Amino acid sequence: MGRRPVRILTAKVGLDGHDRGVKVISRALRDAGVEVIYTGLHQTPAQVVEAAIQEDVDGIGISLLSGAHMTLFPEVMRLLRERHAEDIVVFGGGIVPPQDVEALRALGVDEVFTPGTSIQAIVEYVDRRFGHVGAGAG
Amino acid sequence: MLDQKAPGLLDDERELERWAERYRASRERRPAPAFLPLPETLSGLPIEPLYTPSSLRDQDYAATIGYPGAFPYTRGVYDSMYRDKLFTMRQFAGFGTAAATNERYRFLLEQGQTGLSVAFDMPTLMGRDSDDPVGLGEVGRCGVAIDSLEDMARLFEGIDLRSVTTSMTINSPAAILLAMYVAVGERQGVPAERLGGTLQNDILKEYIAQKEYIFPPQPSMRLVTDVVAFCAANIPSWHPISISGYHIREAGSTAIQELAFTLADGFAYVEAGVERGLPVDEFAPRLSFFFNSHMDFFEEVAKYRAARRIWARRMRDRYGARDQRSLLMRFHTQTAGCSLTAQQVENNVARTALEALAAVLGGTQSLHTNAMDEVLALPTAKAAQVALRTQQIIAYETGVTATIDPLGGSYFVEELTNRMEAEAERYFAEIDARGGVLACIEQGFFQREIADAAFRYQQQLDSGRRLVVGVNAFTSTDEQQPELLHIGPEVEAEQVASLRQLRERRDGTSVANALDRLQEAARGDVNLMPPILDCCRALATEGEIVGALREVFGTYRESPSF
Amino acid sequence: MGTQLGTVLVRSPYHGPVELEALRRGDIRAVARAISAIESADPGIFPAIAELRRGRAGDGSHVVGLTGAPGSGKSTLADALTAIWRAAGRRVAVLAVDPNSPFTGGALLGDRVRMQGHALDPGVFIRSMGARGHLGGLALATRAAVRLLDALGWEMVLVETVGVGQSELEICELADTVVVVATPAAGDSVQVIKAGITEIADVFAVNKADLPGADRVARELRDMLRLSAASEWRTLVVKSVAAQGPEGVAELASAIEAHHGHLRESGEGEARARRQLLEEVVGLVEARAAVEAREVLAREGEAFLGPDPELAQPELVADLLLARIAATRSNMGAAPGSPPGPLRRS
Repeated sequence: MGRRPVRILTAKVGLDGHDRGVKVISRALRDAGVEVIYTGLHQTPAQVVEAAIQEDVDGIGISLLSGAHMTLFPEVMRLLRERHAEDIVVFGGGIVPPQDVEALRALGVDEVFTPGTSIQAIVEYVDRRFGHVGAGAG
Repeated sequence: MLDQKAPGLLDDERELERWAERYRASRERRPAPAFLPLPETLSGLPIEPLYTPSSLRDQDYAATIGYPGAFPYTRGVYDSMYRDKLFTMRQFAGFGTAAATNERYRFLLEQGQTGLSVAFDMPTLMGRDSDDPVGLGEVGRCGVAIDSLEDMARLFEGIDLRSVTTSMTINSPAAILLAMYVAVGERQGVPAERLGGTLQNDILKEYIAQKEYIFPPQPSMRLVTDVVAFCAANIPSWHPISISGYHIREAGSTAIQELAFTLADGFAYVEAGVERGLPVDEFAPRLSFFFNSHMDFFEEVAKYRAARRIWARRMRDRYGARDQRSLLMRFHTQTAGCSLTAQQVENNVARTALEALAAVLGGTQSLHTNAMDEVLALPTAKAAQVALRTQQIIAYETGVTATIDPLGGSYFVEELTNRMEAEAERYFAEIDARGGVLACIEQGFFQREIADAAFRYQQQLDSGRRLVVGVNAFTSTDEQQPELLHIGPEVEAEQVASLRQLRERRDGTSVANALDRLQEAARGDVNLMPPILDCCRALATEGEIVGALREVFGTYRESPSF
Repeated sequence: MGTQLGTVLVRSPYHGPVELEALRRGDIRAVARAISAIESADPGIFPAIAELRRGRAGDGSHVVGLTGAPGSGKSTLADALTAIWRAAGRRVAVLAVDPNSPFTGGALLGDRVRMQGHALDPGVFIRSMGARGHLGGLALATRAAVRLLDALGWEMVLVETVGVGQSELEICELADTVVVVATPAAGDSVQVIKAGITEIADVFAVNKADLPGADRVARELRDMLRLSAASEWRTLVVKSVAAQGPEGVAELASAIEAHHGHLRESGEGEARARRQLLEEVVGLVEARAAVEAREVLAREGEAFLGPDPELAQPELVADLLLARIAATRSNMGAAPGSPPGPLRRS
């Protein structure tokens, strides 16, 4: 049996078009060996969840800077449950105040990265959370 | 000719060499400190430790630097600059409902602010009504929610549109929001020709950087030129486009890219206007610019100076502008949101002050200073006040406004200005070779250049080659969280309820008729501003107007460049 | 100096069960997982596909390959064609294949972006595939995925991939109808189109036909085709403007339909499928033999090269290796690790 790389879907949810962060992260994850599926701007939670299921990803990374995180993240979590796909890990990044980070964690969002997080911290997180067996190949 | 220069401004070659020896020797003696700033600009241009008259050996003062208010305007667009008129303090603000923002505007005007600047929420920026499901959770979050003329009227309630100038940061639906503003003027009894202000209306940088596009580039450019032509005929003192580098920079570009791509956009608008049949001097005097001010102090100053010179030269030599006002690059500046740090947020006050100072020394016409907490949320009233006070301290306490272009003549700043111009020219040549701005957008050229720059910068941060205080140097662990502005879900509910009421209250037939006439106009090639204005007067919502246009124009999707 | 991002993140082998019943029901999650199993070369998946194919009703998928240079608008074409086929009531599966991602590293797959408008349509399935470290490479995995989708009754399977004739994935080896996309973009002349392409294209789409030069490119392509060897099917050249949505690709959709009709009526479809099947089997044999050869060499290595490795003749060593693999396969009792006789003698 072959190994497969970690597959992560990255998405911009909501209406804001600030894709600098999601692109930098997508590129860094690719360079670290992840197969990144980028779904682009202005995605709805339903589009993201459906794409994640079709792409059979291990995790969803959501970037969101518009302030709507307390509406959109819970919707993603709800839809994943509805599709019996709770095993897909959700993490995110954006302008999220600390009390909201706690609230999102309580909802099952695995990790929330706030401004100033280094790329390395995110790559390390993905490695820790998703990459276990067979690391070091290549 | 060397012998024509004043002897005091010549290098003494032997002294220079002696200094260079002492410099090298002292560097060898000293151990390198733990943290050392990079000897290159944020754009990656290497910086010498010392600049002397030799750095400007072949420079022709009259042709390249000159005098304020005279070609090539390197030193400033006006003869007297801040001696007669300080820069306009224009703080971008907006959140929640129109009523809440109206209150903030009145507060800012009482505090001595001299111009208004409207921040719209994401659904408004994207042409969506507040009850559109794609905008769920975003109503009133990043700015004020405007659905119809009713909201716009509430936004300016008690503010005489004759006595303020208003800047509106809106792009894809810019024509609609301008029409609403004109209609508010009508209600207040202020004729269009008495309105003053600026519409961002810069669609090209949306495709390049900020990604708040709706329609494909061709019909979008038509809307832009429709606004330009309408303003030229009806609102003579309105600035119909604010050609923006700000967002290009925020998307991760370098200062050089910001300079080059913004000016390239400006030239593209000039060409579009000329193609439309407008004589260049009829609209070019009303074009204005909007730049970012980032942390690299001298590079920013050089950027503004180079921008003025490039614009004046091209407008005169390539586009044949004769009216002096067509050559003047007037610009607004906002300090760099992307330079703010979530760590030790109070440090952002210092950052913003230095960035604002660079903008003033670079000769900006108006200025927005960011609040320290904007990296975390919309600013609290307290943080917004400190931001405004920062501008007032620069204007009234530091004395920097007394002398025009005080950094002009600095060997370093002049040399850096030259280099910024040369680097921008290299980009212009490449853009031309690729078939122009629209072709470059389609090829993803700008997007790729910016993504590469953003990635390089992030790598510099992660590797510790570039230092940001509180982030990868001088960090602290015992940070207190600042108090933040909280916008609850009730804003969205309130806005949606009032929109529903409007839909029931208004005359549905006249809305439908106005939208039909708009679609008909869109299929032809007449100016779309009059039918849009009719839609607004009939209380059609922004989302309905955009929807009608979308059916004719289609929607744009980009190919991602990483 | 970049950051230290060299670690390759590798997940455990695919371990989800292949749920035959869920697949039969058309459960999207099960389909997605089955494709992961294919990519991981999970041996359990292939009997499952065979089982599903036995129960299949109807004509099977029309597999359309879409290929062309980067920036020619393939994803936009895929999006618009999907809209047309959906309007006709057909279910559409899209495999967006990126053969250019490095074999060992990660990948950045962005083709979905232009197709996300279909994300919520249950009659559309979109899957991005990158080159990865599985057995046999991307081409075999793609073909197995196509076969799975065919077994599950997806009427249209669109395989979109960049480049022609240079990539690991030869689109003509898996598609019923090959569409090659050309554009009238600056400097793009027919001369630039690679040699050999006229043989594989069933339909040429001159996309971005609203740009100047489209008629010239179409004319040059037709001239070129006239010179090439005549076959029963005369390659069609059509213009498209994918950015205009379904209207802009109507002619292309008809051409694809026409080719499909030709395949059925002439019997060429069956012949082509048979050729492809045999090629696929050969490809699998190659891939598996290569794996086993590497295993043997890793175990016994130098022994195969003889006492003087510098003088080893690769052709002869290969023969020996193949003989050894055959012997091991036919006699599973043979003790692994014992060096082959001939070499000991030499």
